[in-house]
Amino acid sequence: MEVLVSSAIGVLTAAGIYMILRLRTFPVVIGMSLLSYGVNVFLFATGRLVVNQPPILREGVTSYTDPIPQALVLTAIVISFGMTAVVVMLALGAFIEAGDDRIDLDESEGDQ
Amino acid sequence: MMEHWIIAPVVLPAMLAPLIVLWMRYDLVTQRVASVLGMSALLILAIVLMVSASNGPPEVYRLGNWEPPYGIVLVLDRLSALMLVLNALLGLTVVLYAIGSGWDRRGWHFHSLMQFQMMGINGAFLTGDAFNLFVFFEVLLIASYGLMIHGGGKARLKSGVQYVVYNLAGSTLFLFALGTIYSVTGTLNMADLAQKVGQMPADDTALIAVGAALLMLVFAVKAALVPFQFWLPATYTNAPGPVAALFAIMTKVGVYAIVRVYTLIFPITGTTGTLAHDLLLPAALVTLVIGMVGILGARDLGRAVTYSVIGSVGTMMLAFAQFTQGATAAGLYYMVHSTLVAAALFLIADLVRERRGRWGLSLVDAPLLRNHGLLAAFFFVGALAMAGMPPLSGFLGKLMILDATRGQWGLWATVLITSLIAIVGFARVGSQVFWRPYGFSDEEAPDLPKDMTSPALAFTATGGLIAGLVALTVLAGPVSRWMQGTAAQLFAPANYIDAVMGGAEARAQEAAQIGLHAHGHMTVIDEMRQEDAGSDPAVDPQTATPQTGHDAPASH
Repeated sequence: MEVLVSSAIGVLTAAGIYMILRLRTFPVVIGMSLLSYGVNVFLFATGRLVVNQPPILREGVTSYTDPIPQALVLTAIVISFGMTAVVVMLALGAFIEAGDDRIDLDESEGDQ
Repeated sequence: MMEHWIIAPVVLPAMLAPLIVLWMRYDLVTQRVASVLGMSALLILAIVLMVSASNGPPEVYRLGNWEPPYGIVLVLDRLSALMLVLNALLGLTVVLYAIGSGWDRRGWHFHSLMQFQMMGINGAFLTGDAFNLFVFFEVLLIASYGLMIHGGGKARLKSGVQYVVYNLAGSTLFLFALGTIYSVTGTLNMADLAQKVGQMPADDTALIAVGAALLMLVFAVKAALVPFQFWLPATYTNAPGPVAALFAIMTKVGVYAIVRVYTLIFPITGTTGTLAHDLLLPAALVTLVIGMVGILGARDLGRAVTYSVIGSVGTMMLAFAQFTQGATAAGLYYMVHSTLVAAALFLIADLVRERRGRWGLSLVDAPLLRNHGLLAAFFFVGALAMAGMPPLSGFLGKLMILDATRGQWGLWATVLITSLIAIVGFARVGSQVFWRPYGFSDEEAPDLPKDMTSPALAFTATGGLIAGLVALTVLAGPVSRWMQGTAAQLFAPANYIDAVMGGAEARAQEAAQIGLHAHGHMTVIDEMRQEDAGSDPAVDPQTATPQTGHDAPASH
């Protein structure tokens, strides 16, 4: 399972980085999503991989999975979802305003 | 009672912002009144907290009264109090300027976004929890995305997209860094992290060093250190003037985080050694050179100012990268100065842009501006301060930094030569913009934008920042003594750790005494690491760190 999870993180991150280096906003948005999936799985793994155990610490319970990364992942998912929505709206706005979805700035556009 | 005020700088704007959106949506006048009142209250609050923080150890606010390291804590020490005051001061000035110049009516929700921005920045300065720092970074970023594209327009939206993508990538990196650190230490509370990292064996530091370096990259993105400065020029040039002025504190959030994390969690004497120093010093030197040379190469006034911001970040990081008490004090003084002067220059650039009509800020001949005398004087003062010429605080700040880095000749040479380059660059920009109306002698000055509310208020706000610079210069003695005390507190992290982590036993016993059941868990993580299947977690409070559990609510 370790191999599966770690290679999944690696592939997601590599694909995400490749995509955010593209020139158009759509692949960049996809790349951001892939990156955030990769980091979410990574955060899960930081509490060590435990199968079929409750994320609860009580007296008498001796075997459990670390609950903190799960809380962190929840927060990270919510934030990355919101941020993706923002970047999609912004990219749409820029596309409508400028007529193309290139992500780079021309020299003339950089200066006002 | 005093301790509850620590959270007020976060709660106040968090309450005011939705009120402005929902209740005062269509009434700009009430929005303005609420915004100015909110910012003033924030400033008063910050000053009270600063006074309270300067006479004692760090104060801790435990959210929901959960004990650290489980609960989130806010920590008020001298550094965070200083940043709060600086932020509130800037926020008030920017709101006044935005009202005066009419920027707040060129798009929706300027004032509520400002309040959310204040909330995020204040939270980032106050929090004592690394993951909470991430959350507040996101709060301030999402507000800044809205402010950045305020008013719309093609160039602004396109550079807005770049800014958002760059920062989203930075946020992902932040999560990777936090995950790495958590997987090694099992905690994200900064004080607890400091303890845990300090106890790590010296021959097993590879993973935590990776975490520390990743975190450095994240903060370098925020602070616009080379090689992560590419987002800054386009963003700041295309952002509305008052927003760019507010963004002067945004790079300082990154600087603050570097200073906080690498004095508290990864000190130079600690497990990861001189890692931070080795990474920061070359980056700061190159940042300084690129920033100041960029002024010389700029083709408009706005670009010149943005590059000078990069250069000033490089200068202060040179000081902070020393990780000595004296250099940090000098860096803190320079940081206050650089925030004020950068904001002032952005406001001046905006005043010029509004008065130059179709010529904008580009360095070409144009008719004489309205108010050109006053504007030229403002720019002259700002440029002098930014370049570090006497008599203003820029000179004093650079002098303190040079004094604290005696013997490092390469550093001295870089600072002095780049100051000269900055002077030449600003002289070129200033003389072109203010002194070359040739060929337009019979032409009228361009008209002002129609939606200006009160140019006088805009000038007053800008003048206020310059008055702040003068005050910083006149009061350099007391201010730098205060900074010395702040640096001393930063370099005694034991006080911070003690304030956060200490006293848990006493509180648990107090809770037990008033008849509530106090649990005595060992920390979850220690137990996991030990995988000590047979141990009973409920041991006596003397040997383990007791934690008030779910059913032991606040005792006071």
